Amino acid sequence: MIKLKKKTPLIDQHNKFGFYGNKFGGNYCAETMRKPIEDLSKLFEKLRKDRKFLKKRDHYFKHYLGGETPFFKLENLTKHLGGAQIWCKDVSAINGDAHKAYHATVNALICKESGKRYIAGDTGAGMFGKNLAMAAKKMNLKCKIFMGTKDISRQAPNVKFMRNAGAEVVPVNSGSKTLVDAVSECMRHYVSNCDNTHLAVGSAIGCNIFLKICAWSTSQISRELKKQLIKEFGEIPKLKLINVIGGGSSALGFWNEFIDYDKKHVELIGVEAKYAAPLSTNAKVAILHGAAQYCLTDKEGQIAETHSLSAGLDYPGSSPLHGLLKDSGRARYTNASDKEALAAFKLITKLEDIRPSLEPAHAWSECIRLAPKLKKSDVLVVNNCGKGYKDKKIYIEQLGYYPK
Amino acid sequence: MKNSINNAFKIAKSENRPALISYTVCGDNTKDKSLQILNSMSEDLDIAEWGIPHNCPTADGKDIQNSSYRALQNGIRLSDIFSLVKKFKKTKPSKPIILMGYYQMIFNFGEKKFIQKCKASGVDGLIVVDLSFPDNKNFAKLCKKNSICFVQLIAPTTTVKRMKEIIKSSHEMIYMISTISTTGSALKYSIKRIIKNYNVIKRIKPSKNVVIGFGITEKTISNLRSADGLVVGSAICREITRSLKDRQNPVTNVSKLVRKLKNKII
Ligand SMILES: Cc1ncc(COP(=O)(O)O)c(C=O)c1O
Repeated sequence: MIKLKKKTPLIDQHNKFGFYGNKFGGNYCAETMRKPIEDLSKLFEKLRKDRKFLKKRDHYFKHYLGGETPFFKLENLTKHLGGAQIWCKDVSAINGDAHKAYHATVNALICKESGKRYIAGDTGAGMFGKNLAMAAKKMNLKCKIFMGTKDISRQAPNVKFMRNAGAEVVPVNSGSKTLVDAVSECMRHYVSNCDNTHLAVGSAIGCNIFLKICAWSTSQISRELKKQLIKEFGEIPKLKLINVIGGGSSALGFWNEFIDYDKKHVELIGVEAKYAAPLSTNAKVAILHGAAQYCLTDKEGQIAETHSLSAGLDYPGSSPLHGLLKDSGRARYTNASDKEALAAFKLITKLEDIRPSLEPAHAWSECIRLAPKLKKSDVLVVNNCGKGYKDKKIYIEQLGYYPK
Repeated sequence: MKNSINNAFKIAKSENRPALISYTVCGDNTKDKSLQILNSMSEDLDIAEWGIPHNCPTADGKDIQNSSYRALQNGIRLSDIFSLVKKFKKTKPSKPIILMGYYQMIFNFGEKKFIQKCKASGVDGLIVVDLSFPDNKNFAKLCKKNSICFVQLIAPTTTVKRMKEIIKSSHEMIYMISTISTTGSALKYSIKRIIKNYNVIKRIKPSKNVVIGFGITEKTISNLRSADGLVVGSAICREITRSLKDRQNPVTNVSKLVRKLKNKII
């Protein structure tokens, strides 16, 4: 079993080759990329200690992304399920509608600092793409977004947004035409343009530096939550933090400040999509997009196809940091089917005023399963990390309606 | 056939020309066809590189992606690749063959088992696109122990300090990437600049065989003929794609192309 280091940020628990627990991560990339990612690592290590940069980041988080996102109790759902208290950290209230706003903004800031004028990113659900397009526009950068053609059609509202913000959306037609192919194509673009382009990877995946930047950025969520919990409860109560997992950026941000707590005190629960679930179905470790990670493959080692109604979860791999959290026993992982996520959306939106996108609907599904088995003193917090408007069409197709 | 890679360079040098090296994908478009292609062009080749197809190739351009896709569609597996290499070596025992692929395929199979299989089937060298220095140190050692040449890559972005380290840990052949690019794009740099980069590497260790690859075509090959070796990949894969599209025989078309390439450097 891998042991986590106390008092060391999760993202820094790697060895000099970028491996976590000697097993996850690394830098499996073309020689051409080595120097650019080394430069980026140096820049990031400098910036994260640089007060001026941190101030700038905080300024953008506050004034551009709208500041602290709300934390509130879902009274109706709690009463309905009759077990644990259910609380919502509503990250979807951020300007940008999802946690992806944090690392899109930070990536644009880093790109600016690096002196590069071009920024390229991948997207599945379109949330990262849209936020990167917005941040690039704000900071006067030229932006290219790589997106599978299947996702372009199922997440059309976000595509329109990206284009309106002035980004070029590059359709990716290879393989399954989803996120995995978009990430590959975006990395290829970087290999060919690393002299003038900053690569913004859409989740906590990729070579070491990319997942570090990502998880460092989204950890804003748990910094806020910790304060909000203390304000509500006067302490950190006995908690379960439930978060959906695609690549894993949202969960890492939601959990970051709570890693050092005992798991009996703060339990971390990740929810994958049922047919894109490397962490909860005992997938093997494989190398994908530059890093060793739990990943769905076939017998030959080819990367397997996944299936999810949710474009943001339709990805065969997982963050190396989640491999670390799984193998250390710090987090546990489960999954929810399309049907379960839809049923959760139906119930949540009937009882409460939030409108989760398909991704967090998976987390809500686990919350609904779990709450009735728990006591009133147990506190469940779900990260409602994305707004539902982008999935309106899918919800209508599947459920026959989209709530007001 | 020990040191057959070194031998191939020696022969080319004695003929006052660069070694001609092909890159095709094993199994493109079928197992048999890919072997036929290799066999028929090998007369004009000094070394053959054979790609192990992978479905998430993060450093390949469209042409090689297409080839890999065709091979995978036709069901190529690692075990097929080893037996095809064996067949090839049976008829052409002195023609060096280098397998090129992504680390996932090796990792999944098991490093040691993979190298044993390479050795048993007659593979002379390995290029692992995404296993770069210093992460490749152990694997390179394992190759050496089994008399397999581990080919390191050097890119235009590689610093001189790093270059020296890479060269120090390299075996008999080094692969220089011509431009900042995936495989198969046009040369972004002038020939002069490419040759300049090449000379930087050669000056560090003149005895290493340095080959240039990425973006070399019929049009550009003769300008680079001062190198120890030249790799042509995407241009050949493109020819296979074109032949299949036009319902022509890729075997004869590719052989013709390789003959032309050879004629440009002798
Ligand atoms: C709202 C939302 N949640 C979750 C995800 C999954 O990604 P990750 O696990 O990196 O947070 C996405 C991906 O696009 C998303 O849009």
